[in-house]
Amino acid sequence: MMVRLEKRPTPSKKWAYLTPPIAVIATMIAGGILFAFLGKDPVVAIRTIFWDPVFGEFAFYYRGQLLVKAGPLILIAIGLSLGFKAGIWNIGAEGQYIMGAIFGAAVGLAFYPMEARWLIFPLMIIAGALGGLLWAMIPGILKTRFNTNEILVSLLLVYVAEAILASMSLGLLRNPEGQGFPGSRNLRQYESAANNELIAGWGMHWGVVAAFIAVIFAYILLSRHIMGFNIRLTGESPRAARFAGVNPNRLILFCLGLSGALAGLAGMFEVAGPAGQISIDFNVGYGFTAIIVAFLGRLHPIGILLAGLLMALTYIGGEAAQASLGLPAAAIQAFQGMLLFFLLAFDVLTNFKVRFGREAAA
Amino acid sequence: MTALLSVRGLRKAYPGVVANDDVSFTVGKGEVHALLGENGAGKSTLVKMVYGLVKPDEGQMTFNGDIYTPGSPHEARSTGVAMVFQHFSLFEALDVAENVALGMENPPPMRELAASIREVSETYGLPLDPTRLVGDLSAGERQRVEIIRCLLQDPKLLIMDEPTSVLTPQEVDILFETLRKLQAEGTSILYISHKLEEIRSLCDGATILRLGKVVGSCDPRDKSARELAEMMVGTELKTPTSTRHALGDVLLTLKNLSVKSPNPFGTSLKDVSFDVREGEVLGIGGVAGNGQDELLGALSGELLTTSDAVQLKGQAIGHLGPNQRRELGVLAAPEERLGHAAAPDMSLVENAALSGWVRMGLVKNGFIDWSNARSFAEKVIADYDVRTPSSANAARALSGGNLQKFVIGREILQDPDILVVNQPTWGVDASAAASIRQAILDLAAGGAAVVCISQDLDELMEISNRFAALNEGRLSEPRPAQGLTIEEIGLMMGGAHGMEVAHIHEAEGA
Repeated sequence: MMVRLEKRPTPSKKWAYLTPPIAVIATMIAGGILFAFLGKDPVVAIRTIFWDPVFGEFAFYYRGQLLVKAGPLILIAIGLSLGFKAGIWNIGAEGQYIMGAIFGAAVGLAFYPMEARWLIFPLMIIAGALGGLLWAMIPGILKTRFNTNEILVSLLLVYVAEAILASMSLGLLRNPEGQGFPGSRNLRQYESAANNELIAGWGMHWGVVAAFIAVIFAYILLSRHIMGFNIRLTGESPRAARFAGVNPNRLILFCLGLSGALAGLAGMFEVAGPAGQISIDFNVGYGFTAIIVAFLGRLHPIGILLAGLLMALTYIGGEAAQASLGLPAAAIQAFQGMLLFFLLAFDVLTNFKVRFGREAAA
Repeated sequence: MTALLSVRGLRKAYPGVVANDDVSFTVGKGEVHALLGENGAGKSTLVKMVYGLVKPDEGQMTFNGDIYTPGSPHEARSTGVAMVFQHFSLFEALDVAENVALGMENPPPMRELAASIREVSETYGLPLDPTRLVGDLSAGERQRVEIIRCLLQDPKLLIMDEPTSVLTPQEVDILFETLRKLQAEGTSILYISHKLEEIRSLCDGATILRLGKVVGSCDPRDKSARELAEMMVGTELKTPTSTRHALGDVLLTLKNLSVKSPNPFGTSLKDVSFDVREGEVLGIGGVAGNGQDELLGALSGELLTTSDAVQLKGQAIGHLGPNQRRELGVLAAPEERLGHAAAPDMSLVENAALSGWVRMGLVKNGFIDWSNARSFAEKVIADYDVRTPSSANAARALSGGNLQKFVIGREILQDPDILVVNQPTWGVDASAAASIRQAILDLAAGGAAVVCISQDLDELMEISNRFAALNEGRLSEPRPAQGLTIEEIGLMMGGAHGMEVAHIHEAEGA
C-alpha cells in the first residue's frame, strides 16, 4: 500500500475552505495528546479552552475579553493579509504595533493634564497610525531602494522597537509620579486619552470598531477597487501585473505602509485601553499571532474576522486553563503554533490529490 | 529496409489527458522519420517513452528485433538511442569539452576528448572549438554541442526534438547536411517538427499525430505542405488574405533605442531604429533570445527608455509606463500567455480588465465596473471565437490557442493605433493561427500600425509589409518583405553563427 500525491490541475476551492476547520480539529486532537502528556485530562483541557470561555460559568467575564483580544489581532491581520496577497511579507507587525503605541501614548501624555477629548484622542489615533507607518516604511524603502529582504528587515526591527519601548518606559515616558517604577502614566485614568469600553461588559472599544471597519474596507478594496485588483494580480503573477501597469515599488510601499499603519493603530488603541500604559512588557505577541490569523482566515477579510475571534478564544481559554488547570503558558503558545503548522500541512490538499495504492502502470 | 525501432500500441495517460493512445510506427535502418503534429499532439511524450524518460502504460517497443523497455535514459543510451532536446542542458560556465564530458558515461581524458570533438565536428561539418565557453556560444552552436555529445556515443537512433526552432536558415542547412551524412552512414533519425517544408526536404517517412493518436503516415516527399498541414489539423485550412491598401503617415518611430535588459541572462537592445506607418505590418524575425522580449517591453512601456527613443507621431513616449501608453493608443500582446499577457488563476473577466481598463473606461473613481468588464470579456469571447464555457473561467483552463485568441482579441477590440505582438501564433493550432493572422491583417487594413515579432518566418512573410531581424540585440535595416529570399533573411538574422568560410565549403562539399 502506498500513498501518493498527485498535483491538481487547478487548486481546489473546496479544500481551500475546508482546510482551516480541519486544521482546528487536528490541533485540538494533537493539543489534547500534548495536554495528556502533561498529566491533564485532555477533554477537560480542550473544553476549558474552547467551550468554557463562551458558554461556561464565568462566560460573562470572558466574553468581553474575546473582543478585547480579537480586535488588535483582526486589525493587524487585515493589514498583513493585503501585503501577503501581493507577496510582500511584513513579518514585523509586532514592532509596528509597539511604535504605534509609543507614538499614540506620547501624543496623549504630551497634553496631560489638559482635558480636550475632541482634540487629543483623534490626534492620538493619527499619531498611532503614523508611528506604525513610519516603522514599516523602513523595510519598505530599503526594499525598493536597495532590494533588501523585507522579511528580515521587518522582523529585526521588532527587536529594535522592543528596545525603544524599554527605553521609553524607563526614560522619556516614565510616570513622574510613579515612585521611580518603570512605565508611563495610566492613560485610562486620563479622560481625554482613554480608550475605554463603549458598552460596559462587552469588551467593545474603539480599536474593535476600527477592526470591523478595516474588515469592510479590505473587503471592498479587494473586490471592487483597482488597488485591490493590482494587489491580487501582483500576487498571482508579478509579470502580468507589470504588463497591467502596476508599479511594483509603489505597491510595496502601499502594502507595507497600510499594514504598518493598521498595526500602529492596534498598538495605540491597546495602550490607551486594555493595557493602559506604556511598559516594558507592553507587547504580548499580537503582531506575530496576527500572521497565523491572516493565514487561518485564508487572507480573506471575512475569514480573518472569524480566525481572529477563534485565536482570541485560544488566548482567553489558555489563560483560563493556566488558572484552573495549571497548564504552563508555553503549552498555549505551542498550541497556537500547532494551528499554523496543521493549516500549512493540510494546505497540501488544496494543490494535491491524495491517492492510495500503487501506481496503475507499475 | 529493415526496421530498427518498432513501436506497437503505445499508450500514456496523465491525469485528465491521454497523451498517447495506441500509437504504432516503425523507423527503418538509415531512415529519417518525421513525427508530425501540432503542439499538444503527443509528439514529445512519445519520444520521451522511446528515450526512457517516461514509462508507457501499455504497448511495447522493439529495437533491432529485441524487446526494448528502457527504464532510464542511461539504458536507452547504452542500447544506442541518443536524443537532442529542444531545450539544452548545458552549463554556461564550462567549456565545450567539459560539457560533453559531463554527458558521457566514461569520459576519456580531456585532451583525447577535445581531439575527438574536433574530429567529429570536422567529419560532420559542425564547426565547434572544444575550448570555448558555452556561455559565449549562440543557440545554434549550443545545439552543435548537444549533437556532438550524442554522436560521440555512436548512436543507432538519433532523436531530435524541434531542432530548427533556434536556428537561422543557414544553420538549418548545415544541420541538414550533417543529418544526411549520418543517414548515409546508416544512422536512423527520428525527427520531430511541425515545420512542413523542412520535413518534406529531409525525411523519408512521416507519422502524423493528432490528439495523441496516429492519424496517418506517408512519404512526405509525395505530399504538398498544405496536404500535410491538413492531415495534421484534420480540417481544411484558410489562408489569410491581405487587402492592398495604401500606407499612411509614420505612427511609431524608434530612434537609436538602447536599453539594458532587466534580466541578467537577457539581451540588451543596441541602437535599434525603425518606423512604422499607418496600415503597415512590420515583421521582426530572429532566433529566440536575441532581444525580442526586451523590444516588446520597450514598446509596451514595461521597460522604460530615454523619452526620445520611442516616439508616437513625433511625441516622445519612451518614459511613459504601460497605462499611459495605452491611453495614447499603443497596445501590446506579449509572447508568454500565462503569467505575462494573462494571470493564470484569474477569470477571463478579470483578465479582460487587466489590460483593458484604461481604454475601455472600466475604472471610475478607482472602482472597477465589473459588469462592464464582463461585457467586454464576453465581446472578446464572441468576436474572436474563444472556446470557453463562460467568462468566469480561469485563464489557465483555456487551451493555448483559445487563450491566445482571447489575448489578441482583447487588444484589437480596444481599437489601438499601434499594436505590438510577440509570437502571436506560438503553440497555436493551425486554424486558430490563421484567424489570428487574419485579425492582425484586418487591423492594419483599418489604418493601425502593427509590429509583429515572431520566430516563424513563414508567418512573417505572409503578413508583413516590411521585414527586419533581431540579432544579439541589434535590428537589421527593415526591407520590403516581398521578394526577400530565404538566404537574405538568414543573413539578416546573423547568418550561420561561428562559421568560418572554409567550413561552409566543407559542409557543402560533404
